[in-house]
Amino acid sequence: MAEDTVYMSTPDEFGRFGEFGGRFVPEALMPACLELEDAFLDAWSDREFLAEYQSVLADFAGRPTPITPLARLSERLGISIYAKREDLAHTGSHKINNVVGQTLLTVRMGKSRVIAETGAGQHGVATATAAARLGLACTIFMGEVDTKRQELNVFRMELLGATVVPVTSGSRTLKDAVNEAMREWVTCVEDTHYCLGSVMGPHPFPWMVREMQSIIGHEAARQLRDIRVGTPDYVVACVGGGSNAAGVFAGFANSSAQLVGVEAAGGAAVGHGSPGVLHGMRSLIMQDEFGQIEEAHSISAGLDYPGIGPEHAHLAASGRARYVEVGDEVIIDALRTLSELEGIIPALESAHAVAWLIREAGREIPLGSSVLLNMSGRGDKDVAQVLSILRSGS
Amino acid sequence: MKSLERHLRALRKTGVKALVPYFMAGVTTDWVRHVEAAVAGGASAVEIGVPFSDPMMDGVVIQEAGLRSLANGTTLDSLCAEVAGLTLDVPLVAMSYYNVFHHYGLAASARRLADSGFDGAIVPDLAPEEAEPWRDACHSVDVATVFLVAPSTPSERVTRIAAMSEGFVYAAARMAVTGRASDLGAAPRVVAAVRRATDLPTYVGIGITTPEQAREAAQVADGVIVGSALVRTILDGASPADTEELVNSFRRALD
Repeated sequence: MAEDTVYMSTPDEFGRFGEFGGRFVPEALMPACLELEDAFLDAWSDREFLAEYQSVLADFAGRPTPITPLARLSERLGISIYAKREDLAHTGSHKINNVVGQTLLTVRMGKSRVIAETGAGQHGVATATAAARLGLACTIFMGEVDTKRQELNVFRMELLGATVVPVTSGSRTLKDAVNEAMREWVTCVEDTHYCLGSVMGPHPFPWMVREMQSIIGHEAARQLRDIRVGTPDYVVACVGGGSNAAGVFAGFANSSAQLVGVEAAGGAAVGHGSPGVLHGMRSLIMQDEFGQIEEAHSISAGLDYPGIGPEHAHLAASGRARYVEVGDEVIIDALRTLSELEGIIPALESAHAVAWLIREAGREIPLGSSVLLNMSGRGDKDVAQVLSILRSGS
Repeated sequence: MKSLERHLRALRKTGVKALVPYFMAGVTTDWVRHVEAAVAGGASAVEIGVPFSDPMMDGVVIQEAGLRSLANGTTLDSLCAEVAGLTLDVPLVAMSYYNVFHHYGLAASARRLADSGFDGAIVPDLAPEEAEPWRDACHSVDVATVFLVAPSTPSERVTRIAAMSEGFVYAAARMAVTGRASDLGAAPRVVAAVRRATDLPTYVGIGITTPEQAREAAQVADGVIVGSALVRTILDGASPADTEELVNSFRRALD
């Protein structure tokens, strides 16, 4: 690896990060992907657009989100943990950053409707929220299994004026919701933007979504400087498709910080996947010996995805970031520990990153290290599920 | 020029409109009997679906067929072995999502298809921009790669795609996934756009549901592809004799 390698910059003209990424979509969608790439490039270099994006994030979404030193957890683990509080952003997670950008782009492209996939419901709620604000029609595709475990989020989306379509194909989870959203997009691409929720899919989505989430990392880097922590030893985030991780990593990609993505053991595309093509991208994918996509299984709907964004696959292959996994069995404990020690109930997704810190502090993570933890979402949406898990004693 | 293209150009010269039925490999234990029946019923070529867990371009009928096929244990190797046992005098075209070939190995897939008697492949999620490795893999074997043109494809892209396509150009009649439909959609406009770009045979597919629609489409195109309408009947228990009759009803409409 060359000393002067710049990480997390622009992908090549085919939308590739190293050997990953690209654009593997039916021809019917190619023109829309090309149009989106042009529109994004144009908007992202337009000061007025950027100013509007930033002002909506400030006045509507509540940015900047604070950094909270986690004093009691730090003391217990013997490391210094600073949480980037995306859980305090409007709608309860980092997902709002991306949808504010993409809905503004939708209006700029002259489209009047957005569609989106959602797993845990966070991206669906965020999309419905941003769409309501701009008067855009909104349809959310959600696996039937997920509509049941995230019933409240379904209701939230409906309150916000969105139509929620339960997806009954395949494994009825996030990957099938993406398939169904793509199928729908083919039929309505003229007036509809597909507001993809993670750093995945065909070019320009992985790049565009990372750019729209990079505000997390850039803010955090500035905030850590302001409180004289400087560059942390570790930057840690949970990874499903990988948008919150990509966002926070972007602020530290070319620093000395070690970047760690925490996958759910049952959805570990880096841990158990191999190169494959799914949902418009070449990336690391969990698949069987015949190239059939495997179903992910995780306690958290948001991490129940058999792939990972192509830039993460590249960061893993190049060694710039490391991807580790934690199993379902330690997640509830991590959630309770953070809740009891810090007064923060994390989303089950974010609890994966907490669980890794708890497991590895003093082992892989030397005592005394400084850690930036991306608290990607709040756990309100998960409390009913946690209650039923605790009651059933499993 | 690959065999598929020679064959289909020769067919056009005879004035016969091509009828290309689609079957999902492995959907029933007797699926190859349906392929044979279709040829007896007047198919000019047969498209054979390779099942994939996440068929982004397919509607409910072919999704269901694919899942049933996968549940039956169908793999690229198993379906190739069955196809290799067929003696048919029409070309066979495999329809597969890219990951199946990508995972099997591009060169190995191309060779396996050729050795099993396939003459072509349609890979709907393989955009022309990403197709070079697959085309290289097919370079030394007699497998033609068929590309699609959609109603949304701008004219300069039509030219590029037509130049890459081998055998025929698949003109998608509508902005939709595969499935049944009540009209021809944008087929005449898409075919006209392809005609301006190439003299390759041009076939219309996606939504061709009735013999009458097939006849109408064939007035502008060189042939039609009929998928979901046939697959639906097989899912509902149609026998090979039923398939022969249904395919023949399309044949009669085209002649």
